Amino acid sequence: MTVDHSKNIIEVQGVSFGYTNELALKNIDLNVHAGDYLGIIGPNGGGKTTLLKIMLGLLQPTEGSVKLFGQPMEKFKAWPRIGYVPQKAVQFDAAFPATVEEVVAMGRAARRGLLHPLTQMDREKITNALVQVDLAAERKRLIGDLSGGQQQRVFIARALAGEPEVIFLDEPTAGVDVKAQEQFYALLKKFNQTLGLTLLLVSHDIDVVANEATELACINQALVYHGAPQAFVKGDYLNQLYGKETKFILHDH
Amino acid sequence: MFDIFHYSFVLRGLEAGMLIALIAPLIGIFLVLRRYALIADTLSHVSLAGVAIGLIAGINPLITAIVASTVASVAIERLRLTKRVYGETALALFLSGSLAVAIVLIGLAHGFNADLFSYLFGSIVTVKQTDLVIIALFSLIILAVIPAFYKELVYISFDEEAARVSGLPTNFINTLFIIIASVTVALAIPIIGVLLISALIVIPVVTALQLKKNFWQTILWAQAISVASVLLGIVISFYENLSPGGTIVLIMLVIFTLVFLTHRGAALERLPTFLTRSRAGSARE
Repeated sequence: MTVDHSKNIIEVQGVSFGYTNELALKNIDLNVHAGDYLGIIGPNGGGKTTLLKIMLGLLQPTEGSVKLFGQPMEKFKAWPRIGYVPQKAVQFDAAFPATVEEVVAMGRAARRGLLHPLTQMDREKITNALVQVDLAAERKRLIGDLSGGQQQRVFIARALAGEPEVIFLDEPTAGVDVKAQEQFYALLKKFNQTLGLTLLLVSHDIDVVANEATELACINQALVYHGAPQAFVKGDYLNQLYGKETKFILHDH
Repeated sequence: MFDIFHYSFVLRGLEAGMLIALIAPLIGIFLVLRRYALIADTLSHVSLAGVAIGLIAGINPLITAIVASTVASVAIERLRLTKRVYGETALALFLSGSLAVAIVLIGLAHGFNADLFSYLFGSIVTVKQTDLVIIALFSLIILAVIPAFYKELVYISFDEEAARVSGLPTNFINTLFIIIASVTVALAIPIIGVLLISALIVIPVVTALQLKKNFWQTILWAQAISVASVLLGIVISFYENLSPGGTIVLIMLVIFTLVFLTHRGAALERLPTFLTRSRAGSARE
C-alpha cells in the first residue's frame, strides 16, 4: 500500500486548554501525516488524553484550532474516516447483552447512516474486520464472556469495520495481560504497515510507544518532544519528565 | 370459562395492556443499560401531575399526562446537560416537584378521588375507547421508531463517546429517545398506574438480561415476559377481583425470581456508568 506521507491528517495549531492560571495544555502544535504511527506519551495529568479528546472534537480548545483532513473541526463532517478505540476499562459494561458481531456492527452504523439498516455489504465488512483481528470464530459469543485481550481486539475490529483512514487509541491495553498486549501491538503494526492506516496511540507506557511507534510526541502541558523515538530515548527528556530514577528498556527488533 | 371476553371494558383493557406490554421493554432495555431506569419513576409522577391537570381542566387526562411527561423529560435532560445539578438530583427535583403539583391540584379540586385512585394503582376500567385509540396510535409510532433507530440506540447505550466520535447525532437520538420514553410512561398509566410503571419497564428487561442472550433476543424475551405477565395479570385480577397493576407486577417478580435462581446471569458492573461518563464536549453537535 502506498501512502502519501506528506498529506496532513491532523493539524493541531496553537492549542491550549483550561483556565488562565491553570492550563492543562499550553500552545501545542502537532501535525500527523498519512501513514504515521504516532505514540503520545507523558506523565499522568500531563494532558495527553485531553489532547486526544480535543483532536476528536469531544472537547473544545480554549485557544487554537484543529484541522482534520485539511478541514477545520467545526466544518468537519467525515467522521467515518476516523476510528476510535477508547479506554476499555472505563467505558465498557461486561454485562451488556451484545455479541462480538453486534459490537463490531456498531462500527458500521455511521457509515450506513440514519434510517438505513445494515446491508449484506456491511455484514461482509464486519466479517473482514473480525478476520483481521482473528476473532471470526468468536462472533456469536457475548462480549462479556471474552478475555480482556480478546475484548480489546473486538474494539479494534469495531474501528476497522468503519473503514477509517486513521485510528485513535486511548490507553488501549490498560488491564490487559502482557501476552495479549504483545499480540495487540503486533496487530497495530500490521495495520500500519500493510494497510497504511494512520495510528495515534496515547499511552502511559513509554516502553511500548518507543518500541512500536514510528514517531513520538511527549506532552507535559507543553509539547516537550516530537520526533523519532530513538532520539527521545537518547536525550535527557525522561529525566526532565519523570525524574532521575526512570529506567528505560529499548528492545532491539 | 372465558366469559371475561364478553365485557367490552375488559377487552379494551387487554388490548391496551398488550400494546403497553410490547413497547415498555423496548424502552426499558435502553433505560436499564444506561443506568437511567429511575427516570421512568420520575416521569410517572410527572404524568400524575398531568393527569390532575387534565381532570381539573376537563381534558382527557391521558393527553395531559403525555404532554407533561414529554415536557419534563426534555427539561430534565437540559438540566442535566447544564451540569449545574447532578443527574439524580434533576430526577428528584422533578419527582417530588410534580407530586407536589398533583397533591395541590387534587386538594384544590377535592372531589375526583375515585378516578385518581385508579390512576395511581392502575385499573382496566379506566381505559376508555378514546384512550385505547390514543394508546394504539402512539404504540404503533413507538414500535416503528425504535427499530428505525435501533443501531444508533444500541451503539449509544454501549459507548456514547465512541458513538459520538463515529459521527452519530447522539444529542438528537438522546432527545428523541427520552421523548419516546416519556410518552410510553404516560401511556402505561391507565393500566398499570403511576406507582408501578417503572416495574413494568424494568423487571421484564432485568429478567431477560439474566438469560444472557444477544441484544435483539434479549428484547424479544423481555417482550414475551411482559406480554405474558400483563395478559395473565389482567385475567387473574378480573376473576379474583384484585388490582390489575399489582397483580401484573407480582407475576413479573415471580418470573424474575424463577429465572434469577435458575440462571447464573451476568455479574453487573461495579459503578453506574452514567455517573462517570463524560458529558462534556457535546458542543460539537
